[in-house]
Amino acid sequence: MSGMFKYILKRIGIIFLTLIIVISATFFLMKLMPGSPLANAARLSGEQRQLIESQYGLNDPLMVQYWHYLVNALQFNFGHSFQFQDQPVSRLIAQRIGPSIQLGLQALVFGVISGIGLGAAAAVRRNTKTDTTLSILAVLGVSIPSFVFAALAQYFVGLKLGWLPIAGWEGFKFTILPTIALGMAPLATAARFIRTEMVDVMGSDYIELARAKGLSQNEIVWKHTLRNSLIPLVTLIGPMAVNLMTGSVVIEKIFAIPGIGGQFVSSILTNDYPVIMGTTIVYSMMLMVVLLVTDILYGLIDPRIRLAN
Amino acid sequence: MTEKILEVNDLKINFNTDSGTVQAIRDVYFDLKPGETLALVGESGSGKSVTTRALMGLLAKNARIERGSVQFKGKELIDLPEDEYRDIRGSEIAMIFQDPMTSLDPTMKIGQQIAEPLIKHQKMGKKEAWDKALDMMNLVGIPNAEAHINDYPHQFSGGMRQRIVIAIALIDNPEVLIADEPTTALDVTIQAQILDLMKKIQKEFGTSIIFITHDLGVVAGMADRVAVMYAGQIVEIGTIDEIYGFPQHPYTWGLLNSMPTTQTDRGSLEAIPGTPPDLLNPPVGDAFAARNQYALAIDEKQQPPYFQLSPTHFAATWLLDEQAPEVVPPLTVRQRWAKYQQAHPDASNKHAKPVEASAILAR
Amino acid sequence: MAELNQVSAADFELLPNDRKRNNETIEKPSLSFAQDAWRRLKKNKGAFISLWVIVVIVAAAFISIPYANTTTTAEQNVMQQNLPPKAPGNLPGFNGKQKVDGERFDAYKRADVKKGEYHIFGTDQFGRDIFKRVLYGTRVSLQVALIAALMDLVFGVTYGMISGWKGGRVDMVMQRIVEIISSVPNLVVFVLLILIMKPGLFSIALGIALTSWTSMSRLIRAEVLSLKEQDFISAAKTLGTSPWKIGLRHLVPNVSSTIIVQLMFTIPSAIFFEALLSFIGIGIPVPMASLGTLLNDGQTAFQFYPYQLVFPALILSALMIAFNLLADGLRDAFDPRTRD
Repeated sequence: MSGMFKYILKRIGIIFLTLIIVISATFFLMKLMPGSPLANAARLSGEQRQLIESQYGLNDPLMVQYWHYLVNALQFNFGHSFQFQDQPVSRLIAQRIGPSIQLGLQALVFGVISGIGLGAAAAVRRNTKTDTTLSILAVLGVSIPSFVFAALAQYFVGLKLGWLPIAGWEGFKFTILPTIALGMAPLATAARFIRTEMVDVMGSDYIELARAKGLSQNEIVWKHTLRNSLIPLVTLIGPMAVNLMTGSVVIEKIFAIPGIGGQFVSSILTNDYPVIMGTTIVYSMMLMVVLLVTDILYGLIDPRIRLAN
Repeated sequence: MTEKILEVNDLKINFNTDSGTVQAIRDVYFDLKPGETLALVGESGSGKSVTTRALMGLLAKNARIERGSVQFKGKELIDLPEDEYRDIRGSEIAMIFQDPMTSLDPTMKIGQQIAEPLIKHQKMGKKEAWDKALDMMNLVGIPNAEAHINDYPHQFSGGMRQRIVIAIALIDNPEVLIADEPTTALDVTIQAQILDLMKKIQKEFGTSIIFITHDLGVVAGMADRVAVMYAGQIVEIGTIDEIYGFPQHPYTWGLLNSMPTTQTDRGSLEAIPGTPPDLLNPPVGDAFAARNQYALAIDEKQQPPYFQLSPTHFAATWLLDEQAPEVVPPLTVRQRWAKYQQAHPDASNKHAKPVEASAILAR
Repeated sequence: MAELNQVSAADFELLPNDRKRNNETIEKPSLSFAQDAWRRLKKNKGAFISLWVIVVIVAAAFISIPYANTTTTAEQNVMQQNLPPKAPGNLPGFNGKQKVDGERFDAYKRADVKKGEYHIFGTDQFGRDIFKRVLYGTRVSLQVALIAALMDLVFGVTYGMISGWKGGRVDMVMQRIVEIISSVPNLVVFVLLILIMKPGLFSIALGIALTSWTSMSRLIRAEVLSLKEQDFISAAKTLGTSPWKIGLRHLVPNVSSTIIVQLMFTIPSAIFFEALLSFIGIGIPVPMASLGTLLNDGQTAFQFYPYQLVFPALILSALMIAFNLLADGLRDAFDPRTRD
């Protein structure tokens, strides 16, 4: 177990390093920006401007500013929003991160579980009509952009049929359409992956041996094939999380969900740099946590890795 | 005549592929008695493995059994319903696979993998099945079995894994054990250990073994009888002494000639030239003719029948026909003949009679 | 054994030993790797149709430059706002009829459109022809994707080759860098880049390439690592061939199928990413348009004029599906394991 512990420590070290790099990159990129963040505020008098500049530490040497920024950012202190003067960025993010995480997790769970089911069904009935149909659906799921799907679902299910709310975030009912729209991509990815993996495993020697033991098709699928196919699926969760983050930005916009994705977009459109930087760092942290968790999970469920240490 | 445990009669299996029909098994006859070991010898693609997959009822989906029968203790296995076949598979007929590195489930404890057939076929509880699995692990020579029953396959060496595969095959005490090149993937020293283990087990349980190999050397200490396969057919079948001491088919000569022995002169090891024929369009006549340096004109026109040399020895080659010219086999084969004829003064290939293939089963 | 009687003594002559033993030859007609892959690709219906769909869409997008460009797609006509699709003939859905407040009428008549003037995808809120805009937008989307794929190719392949070929410390450092880059969400990388560069065709393509080259480099590295151990590479090394020559003459041809397949996956993901960015308003700037900006425009008017969203959505989805299917097909066609 100490090997595992050491490995986790090493991974946390790399996460820390990556975070510092991301924070540094955001900082220096901001500094590269043409003009100061206050350039547009032409109405400010010289005095006011100086006051604000010193308040934000804009007159300090660059490296001092950088150091302050780095230390503050690692404590989730990203300064105040330009757009909403009185609001610290960290509070803005904290207020809105809940719906984003909920939506992301729901979409991931929905997508992965249905994907496994459909992929396994296709693999077991491979080269039949079921398989072909599921494969076509999976290609559609991978190919049709989530926002196209979201817009269509919103129009038909929400507006025309009136089954589910069109937009907003006021209870579970409101989460269904966005979850499905966002979960389409992980669903299709997982289904395709599981199908390929299971077909591969079914051709392996140990499945042949399981057949030679006289096990039935169902016993083989449940006891041997599925388990061996599910383990490598864990490695896909990281990339899925990246896509979910990207996708959630649009989905939140379409369904008017009060999450950090929508806020991120508006901060980009209004050049609200502190919010952009803060959200950027929070996104990176979330992804790194997901990557770490999936890595540990992989080590726990695969005996080959678990016992290697 | 003792009761036969297995009888394969006129088996013909085709594979439908994109390029056409591959005739993998063509008119194969053999049988097996209790406690007997039959070696199926041949190059890759000669049909050894397909034959055994057919016995297990585990042929690929594109395989079609054209005709023939496989009788196990008098019960017809061809076209047996899948659920009935499952009751036989793993309990009465078991199999050992070639590559122990890939034939164990990497994510399942080996205790569970060994116990699985017991739980399946004898409806045993987990505790009891694991106890039996432990006994079996000891029997197949896994040191400190108790400490390793919860281990996973990757924690074992190749030789140990093959012992585990053998344990899985034997756990239900099968009557027929099919071993598909069980030592090919192993180091030479480990090979010997595994062969010893199989002999020991056979003595203990009286299991009949079908031993598949491409290596005549491995067969020598193992088998009672040998069937040499070429291009989906058995070209020569006989007792181990007959095949080693008095081989008649030029292909058998080739195999023996390409096998190093202690008597092999330096530099006299010879390979058989060419490659096996394409079974999409099997050649007319003797399939081996193209590679046969003793080929007769008739070999390219007509398939030779089996010629019977003894109640147990059959070879399908025109060289045994009474009209055939006398040929001089390779030196090593002539040495074998001389030795054999010293021990068996009546042995002769002059009076071999052509017989129907089914005569192989009438011993 | 009846047929035995028909054989003559001559049949039992030994055949000459030097007769041609010709079964050493390979029976199947020998095909080059590319021919073989092409043959297998043609067998894959979905991939083959996809190839044609892509050819048609790409051709339409680029042949139409004189017809649909920045000038012609910007033509506004306030008299012809939000006209529904109308094509020659009286096809349902393409007849210029519209239903507002339960009343069905011919929108073209009401807007006094000349007889014989058609907008087969309709017009948008500024009276711009959507068909022209879709052609133009498709071209822009494809350009972004192609530039991104090209950068992905040059950078990802070079990086992967150097990392795999050098091995050891260099490889370790280079892989750490890849690891760090890929643990930053691609949207973040993109947004940071777009903040310092003016949004435009090239900067968007660069942003997409920056986020996608890591997977290309990983695949190439893995292949080079295993190729490097093979005898023909060792032979070339022993003969003193320069690393550059080995790279170009031996490595590139051997990884080319991986490169092609990966590129085919990069293109749709670049199209998707560009559309997403344009959709949320940080992609292609006006007056340019891409499929993403068209979707964004269409979505705002979707409730009343669904066709304004449907046509760009259809083209975008068709492109994505076709590229994904083609990529799948190519991967199978190049994979020797699926060879018959």
